[in-house]
Amino acid sequence: MSNWVDTVSIGLWNCVKSIQCCVLSTQYAVPGTREPSETRLYRSAILTFALLGSALVANQSHAANEVQSFSSTVGSVQPKMVKLYGAGGLRGLEAYQSGLLISADGHILTVWSYVLDTDEVTVVLNDGRRFAAEILGSDPRLEIAVLKVDATELPHFELSSAVELQAGSRVLAFSNVFAVATGNEPVSVLHGCVSANTKLSARRGAYVTTYQGSAYVLDAMTNNPGAAGGALTDRQGRLAGLLGKELRNSLDNTWLNYAMPIPELDASVGQILSGTARVRSEMAERRKPIESVDLTSLGIVLVPNVVAKTPAYIDRILPDSPAHETGLQPDDLILFVNDQVLNSSKQLRSELEYIDRIDEVRLLVQRGQELIDVSLFVE
Amino acid sequence: MTTFSPGGTTSSSRGCKPPEVATTELTKPRRGDLGVSCVRHASPTGLDVRRCYISWGSRPRLLYSAAPRLKTRATVLDYLLLTATVLAVVPTTWAQDVPEAVLKAEQQRIEAVQRATKSAVAVFTADGNGGGSGVVISPDGYALTNFHVVVPVGDYMQCGMADGQLYDAVLVAIDPTGDVAMIKLFGRDDFPAAEMADSDDVQVGDWCFAVGNPFLLATNFQPTVTYGIVSGTHRYQFPAGTLLEYTDCLQTDAAINPGNSGGPLFNAFGQLIGVNGRGSFEKRGRVNVGLGYAISINQIKHFLGHLHSGRILDHATLGATVADDEDGHVTVSNILDSSDAYRRGLRYDDELVSFAGRSITSANDFKNVLGIYPKGWRVPLAYLRDGERHEIHVRLAGVHAREELLQKLKESPVPGSPKEQPRPGDEEKKPSEDKPDEGKSHPETEAKKVPEEFTQYIEHRNGFANYYFNKLNRTRVWNAFHDAAGEFLELKGSWTLTGQSADKGTLTLELSDTASRIENEASQVELTADKDLAEQLGPVGSGGMLASLHLWRRMLVEGPDRFGDVVYLGKAPVPGREQLCDILVGTFDVVEITFAFDPADGTLVRLEMAPDSDVDPCEIEFFDYRETSGRKVPHRLRVQHGDQLFLELELQEVQLTEAEKVEA
Repeated sequence: MSNWVDTVSIGLWNCVKSIQCCVLSTQYAVPGTREPSETRLYRSAILTFALLGSALVANQSHAANEVQSFSSTVGSVQPKMVKLYGAGGLRGLEAYQSGLLISADGHILTVWSYVLDTDEVTVVLNDGRRFAAEILGSDPRLEIAVLKVDATELPHFELSSAVELQAGSRVLAFSNVFAVATGNEPVSVLHGCVSANTKLSARRGAYVTTYQGSAYVLDAMTNNPGAAGGALTDRQGRLAGLLGKELRNSLDNTWLNYAMPIPELDASVGQILSGTARVRSEMAERRKPIESVDLTSLGIVLVPNVVAKTPAYIDRILPDSPAHETGLQPDDLILFVNDQVLNSSKQLRSELEYIDRIDEVRLLVQRGQELIDVSLFVE
Repeated sequence: MTTFSPGGTTSSSRGCKPPEVATTELTKPRRGDLGVSCVRHASPTGLDVRRCYISWGSRPRLLYSAAPRLKTRATVLDYLLLTATVLAVVPTTWAQDVPEAVLKAEQQRIEAVQRATKSAVAVFTADGNGGGSGVVISPDGYALTNFHVVVPVGDYMQCGMADGQLYDAVLVAIDPTGDVAMIKLFGRDDFPAAEMADSDDVQVGDWCFAVGNPFLLATNFQPTVTYGIVSGTHRYQFPAGTLLEYTDCLQTDAAINPGNSGGPLFNAFGQLIGVNGRGSFEKRGRVNVGLGYAISINQIKHFLGHLHSGRILDHATLGATVADDEDGHVTVSNILDSSDAYRRGLRYDDELVSFAGRSITSANDFKNVLGIYPKGWRVPLAYLRDGERHEIHVRLAGVHAREELLQKLKESPVPGSPKEQPRPGDEEKKPSEDKPDEGKSHPETEAKKVPEEFTQYIEHRNGFANYYFNKLNRTRVWNAFHDAAGEFLELKGSWTLTGQSADKGTLTLELSDTASRIENEASQVELTADKDLAEQLGPVGSGGMLASLHLWRRMLVEGPDRFGDVVYLGKAPVPGREQLCDILVGTFDVVEITFAFDPADGTLVRLEMAPDSDVDPCEIEFFDYRETSGRKVPHRLRVQHGDQLFLELELQEVQLTEAEKVEA
């Protein structure tokens, strides 16, 4: 009943808005034309009535078509959700999170977290089937990952048809929160509104977060263990966002309930799926520049290369160097150089040989819990 | 500047200020106050621009604007156009502002909330420093709350309701495992009672609301209402180190905070679907994080009769454990050979298909079903062995041995559920941290505060939360039986029953205080009352038919007061009957005998006697009550032991004699 009412009210709202639009646009069109005003007035009147009629008819059919109970909306979304189990299990580090199916063949979008930092990530589908998941790739900036399970004909979301929401939109949040749903139990669903559509970067200093894009701030309590990677949908069950990881405002210690809009993630997911994400194609021929960048010219001294895969930790920063200017610090761990993931300090050295001294060197470093992007120029 | 309205009044003013809007009310003021106006004002170009505004709320909105015009008077066309537009737009804009259906739904919601909140109870300790919530479920004042709410409160409490009144209440019964307690309010016989729904009909996504006393805010007894949706159904919540186990519960995102414990969860129509009692609390202190749990009202319905008994209730076990696999197969992984399920034929590795009428596809399914039934209930169970389906009825044993439950109650901390005062930490606190609360839980310390007039409603006895209510119901059941069958007190002489059975011929039963006897042409079985009845379970194959009938006579002539120890168990299902029956349990020596009474007409319909819970009882059903010497006596008996029908007996002659007068 209440859903029907909402549908009607939304329908009416759209209808009225469209009428206002048309009436207004008629008005604005007037000054630029030379038609006699009486004719224009007749035209606007006819147009108004025509629109009113069609809008009312459309509104009625709209309501009739979309009369579906709230619980059936929930039921249509839950089969597209998965529960993820992986690393963790210690207090404060729950070994579970949420994910959503984005293809019939078992591709799963979720957040990147320590839960995935293991060889054995288990995916439990809505029907209770369990699969070992393969991690296809991740994007450390967005902190998302795409997994794959060996299954077919799965119900799934289409990322390309994700909807965008305004502040005030009513939403549903689906997730494996607190792992209360086990086996074939459907995931939990919370309801709420989009409180704000804003950018997390504006408050970056307050949050330990690498994601700096736009975010839906929610009044539903989505900031709970296991909720990350869940789906934010509108009231018709259409995908709108990916529930983010637990974030806390370091100033007042409150928790932030938010979701990342799907359009922000779409491109990165596409890159991961196509295998181009953050990984340079092995096939492409690479040429070293005549004069390349090196660590000394950047002003970076790494820790001694003592083991086979020494992590690229910064030991020292040379004074008055580009690194010094950008604020890099000792103990920063260099993870990426120009979007190339690094597995050792040796690899960093070799990657730098491909960068011309006149080009930008972009580094992604980890400092404590924070990921920091810096851009350096040698010349 | 000229303004004109559909009414045709005009007025003029000079200057080139922004248009002043003249509003003509078309309707009486109401929600979305609506008006329409037309404004003509001079534009900087010297041409008049006419705009028609429609206003609702506080802000006029432009409907249409007519381009520069030379005429200064309103034309007929203007009026026509305006009228038509208004006629067409007004209903739509009304609806846009607050559509009829929304208003109606809002009204329904308000009514549901108003109706439902009347039954909500704010539970306070006698000193007002602690408490929780509750909900009244009958006009005579019986109310539900959580076990963990009454633990620190004790035997006597004060309950505020939405009518602004404070009522005295006493504890009736507790179900520590299910975290349910029953209390009784005094002072009215027309308490507003909540209407119960079928909580199995609740679907994820349904609107619901919680009513209660969060943070003990209801000092003026006006309950707090929090609205939300059902986030999950049939959830299983582990005991988490305490006695409490939430099986088959409802999960909601309606705010459940400390103090909401024991309060009602209603569906959108204001019908009771559950009793709130738990939340997932982590990292944020003990406040709502969007996950609250309610004990389903269907589970409580199963326990309702038992809750009236004043006892400390126990939950059920099958005597078997199960394991599941990812394909939805649930198999018996262990089974006690002393369990009823084993005696009915269930074995290791059998695949469970359905249990109590619900299909079983996971271990959680199994636990969910098991958790909603009280000890002693019989439920159907279907299993597969070698592809063949078997259907049995199993009697569920208690989770705890009698003393074990009482012992656990003493040791168990106040369970880790919403504490009535928020404090840092979460529900996985070590038991020792909860110890300070425990001091409050001893009834002795609370008893001092009970007003004189209510001490009569409180009676302590080991194994009971309040023995007063057990006696109350025992008397009620026995009086109903008296009204139906008559008084047997004087008939203390020997009873002779003669009847026919299909396979055992003519049978004669002789029952008396000291000895009883059963005989047919082939054999005779005797019983002496001064020997242990558990050793005299003849005839062979009956499981103790003679002893059962011996005790049946004893119960009728002595009554529950002198029979031995007789307690009211509550209401339980009885095979072959749709309605739950009132059950009295008598203990004589080591033998336990249960009597089932039809609540509709008060008659005794069945008895079951067992010397031990590890063996099948002798079951006797009574039919065909007929008048004999002014009393109603059953004239058909059906005796069953285990899965075997032992005897069906049609009585032809019933002689009940009075005791011989002993001369002094």
